[in-house]
Amino acid sequence: MSLFNFFRRGSAPVARERLQILLAHERTVRGQPDLLGVLREEILAVISRHISFEPDKVQIKMDRGKSVSTLEVDIEIPNGLGAGFAAAQ
Amino acid sequence: MAQVLVVTSGKGGVGKTTSTAALGAALAQEGERVVVVDFDVGLRNLDLVMGAERRVVFDLINVIHGVAKLQQALIRDKRLDNLCLLPASQTRDKDALTENGVARVIAELRTKFDWIICDSPAGIERGATLAMRNADAAIIVTNPEVSSVRDSDRIIGLLDSKTAKAERGERVAKHLLITRYSPARAARGEMLSIDDVLEILSTPLLGIIPESEEVLRASNVGAPVTLSNTLSAPAVAYFEAARRLKGEDIPLVVPSASRSILNRLFGRKAA
Repeated sequence: MSLFNFFRRGSAPVARERLQILLAHERTVRGQPDLLGVLREEILAVISRHISFEPDKVQIKMDRGKSVSTLEVDIEIPNGLGAGFAAAQ
Repeated sequence: MAQVLVVTSGKGGVGKTTSTAALGAALAQEGERVVVVDFDVGLRNLDLVMGAERRVVFDLINVIHGVAKLQQALIRDKRLDNLCLLPASQTRDKDALTENGVARVIAELRTKFDWIICDSPAGIERGATLAMRNADAAIIVTNPEVSSVRDSDRIIGLLDSKTAKAERGERVAKHLLITRYSPARAARGEMLSIDDVLEILSTPLLGIIPESEEVLRASNVGAPVTLSNTLSAPAVAYFEAARRLKGEDIPLVVPSASRSILNRLFGRKAA
């Protein structure tokens, strides 16, 4: 059967790997507060102490990988927030 | 001593009701006293699959609220004397189920039957958690497909935390029942294999039910597949699973594709 699979690689190995990565994450966060939600709130709180921005101009992306995950926070900061920043434009 | 089983899955449409009916009828044919209980309040279907839809007078909610006695609500199967159905309500919603009420009804059923098989609704809400609440063991119905496996993993987590047994520090025994398995597609690498599913969910396997047109035929006529065609591949698999539930040691053979390929060569359809 494995030889057969070698020649006709189906989509099952992809399904298997996706599930393994997903469930490894879901099992660690089960019963705990939502990590992504907590990070988002805290990061936004820190930034809003220094500058004001539109909450809906914030994009947060998370990519959960097998060994590392990335959290990407993209905040649109309006111009004219400081001489240095404006000069750079 | 009576055994309370919950047939659960998280995901809908994987075969919970089919499996409840088939295992209930299989155990009854082994001489066990069996009741199948529908917990899918508002969307009951076990009555239809069992062929008792025209005989429902009272339901689980009526018994919980004291409108009817348990004996009045139980529907005895016309084919098997020792098989009963306790239907769900079609008109109420799941909030009509109370934790104490369900516990009381299950306790009373324990005095009358050897097996109490609770057919859980899909999802992880109140109806599903109440269905598993009093279980001694769980049958997790899983299709070899990503969303079903993920939901089963979630349900396994709930069984370990939200059941009465778990809260007492005990463990609900868990059995995995893989349904709609297609040996040919698994051999071609198009479907998760049995080993894949077992490795991901690390739960002991109760049985493998092959994909089969017999299952639809059985529900069309309102008979559990273990009554409508006892020699069909899914029925044989359910009978074996029922005997494993009773503690018999029956070797589990993964259905292989070779037979269906042979059948195809001879122009016959796979069972």
